[in-house]
Amino acid sequence: MPNVLSKRTMMIMLTAVAILFPLVFKNMYLLQLLTLVFIWSIAVYGFNIISGYVGYLSLAHAGFFAIGAYGVGLLTTKAELPYWISLFLAVIITALAGALVGVIALRTKSHFFAIYTMCVGVIIYLLIDKWDSLTGGVRGLIGISPPGNIGPITFDSLTSQYYLALSFLILTIFICYRIVHSLLGRTFIAIRNSEELAKTIGISIMKNQLLAFTLSALFAGLSGALYASFIRFIGPQISAITVTFEMLMYLLVGGIGTLAGPLVGTLIVISLTQSLQFLEEYRMLIFGPVVVLLVLYYPRGITGSIETFIRKRKLQKVNLRKEEHEVKRDVGEAG
Amino acid sequence: MELLFQQIFNGLTIGSVYTLVALGLTLVFGILHVPNFAHGAFYMVGAYITLMMMVGFGFNYWVAIIASVAVVALLGVVTQQLIFKKLEGADGMRMMVAAIGILLFLEAFGQFMWGTEYYRMDTPYSSVVNLFGLTVTLQRLLIIIAAIILMLALHFFLTKTMIGAAIIAMAQNREGAFLVGINANQVAWLTFAIAGGLAAAAASLASPINLVFPTMGNLVIMKAFVIIIIGGMGSIPGAIIGGYLLGLTESIGATYISSDYKDVIAFLLLVVILTAKPTGLFTKGVQ
Repeated sequence: MPNVLSKRTMMIMLTAVAILFPLVFKNMYLLQLLTLVFIWSIAVYGFNIISGYVGYLSLAHAGFFAIGAYGVGLLTTKAELPYWISLFLAVIITALAGALVGVIALRTKSHFFAIYTMCVGVIIYLLIDKWDSLTGGVRGLIGISPPGNIGPITFDSLTSQYYLALSFLILTIFICYRIVHSLLGRTFIAIRNSEELAKTIGISIMKNQLLAFTLSALFAGLSGALYASFIRFIGPQISAITVTFEMLMYLLVGGIGTLAGPLVGTLIVISLTQSLQFLEEYRMLIFGPVVVLLVLYYPRGITGSIETFIRKRKLQKVNLRKEEHEVKRDVGEAG
Repeated sequence: MELLFQQIFNGLTIGSVYTLVALGLTLVFGILHVPNFAHGAFYMVGAYITLMMMVGFGFNYWVAIIASVAVVALLGVVTQQLIFKKLEGADGMRMMVAAIGILLFLEAFGQFMWGTEYYRMDTPYSSVVNLFGLTVTLQRLLIIIAAIILMLALHFFLTKTMIGAAIIAMAQNREGAFLVGINANQVAWLTFAIAGGLAAAAASLASPINLVFPTMGNLVIMKAFVIIIIGGMGSIPGAIIGGYLLGLTESIGATYISSDYKDVIAFLLLVVILTAKPTGLFTKGVQ
């Protein structure tokens, strides 16, 4: 049975399940939960590009998420622009902010980069928190408009918002898939594995890192913008470093540097958190040690570990076949 | 003029606290070669243990501090032996993520054990004294003096004892330290113990003038990162200079620029410095 379980069929099946889901289950709570999972996943995909593929731990990710969210929030409530223009502008603004931060931040290496981006994240948080006249400070921003109509399609119901988030997620995954399976993706991985080596074969480190960082900010911004219009209330807390840590956890559980990892991790952690409601406050008592154990024993998370397992199995099969072949040949020669 | 002196004094007080935290962080950096994000959680745990010892068991302030230093030093050793030791040779990203995992756990643990309320820590040193025309609380004076004593003790430990010299040697050159037969494991856990102890001492000293709550370590640790980058990762004099510099800048900036944005100063300072010089101010050699 060669192609039944191939990646392509799996993807098509999963997409079909996701599309059919609201038609089968009329559970509002589940729909709400899944919509949030989709929205967060988009941000985690962005995180994966810079931290998973290029190997730079960016701790400003929640900051970019918040820029996207406040972008849509402010443009729709204060500037009273139409929703889709606001969304587009918010994403572009976040990507530009990412490019600007990236130009400077990427001159620093490894832990300097982590601390630099952490500081950028804190500055974004403090600005949102203190700039009362613009952002509403600690009171937050309320009454953000829901997604506007596209021709006859409206986004008033939860189901339609579910499909909206799903389509953006599919778009995100598609872009990531194309990147990873292109020369660009291989370039990113080459930089992760060794910057010196990548340089010697003529890869422009800065250009590629900047592209990865800008893309990661762009997805964070898109996710934030969708989040703002779905929840319709945002506060400075969404830019806190704890949100970045949360996304890092999703990525780590799912599998850092894998294509399915961000979605798998976000889905698992958010559903676990929701089913362990009583733990809400203290969930890090479990997830903190989980993060440490994953780093110690399964650094590539769930998806990465499954991939490794499958590869080993395949290798075993190949070896077995080789042995069989050799035995047959030996017997043949003897006879 | 009196206001300026008052602010300089306040700056020295917070600078002392920052310095103690940054010293531990910079020492651990010499061992791990990555910033230990969990250090802020050690700070928080230190404050709670002192508080618990004083309120729960009725210990004297100083006894409580010593107990807290011991407990957090042990906590440092446990994390090093259980987690960081196993990650030796792993890439920096994995170590940083492990440290973040420890931070998340300890923060949730603090919330679980002691709740999210803000606590005050009462000490016997809340009286006001007159110092060269400045009215200051005894506790603030105490912070400065205790920090200086701790720094001197650390200095003599690192320069006058064999174990201290081994710690310095390991931070300077890992391979060289192995070659001359330094016990890397012993140096590593000892460094974590010292760093944890310093964090607990800093927290216990600072809590009476601040408050005790689960996320109290966050801003302090982030500022400690700023300090060790300004002062050069792994450099002890750098951490001291950076700590006081930041304390003074903040306290003077809060008065003369804006008290709302006083926390931004530290991070802006760092962003400006790293923008101009991506490897930090006083870094030795190539990073």
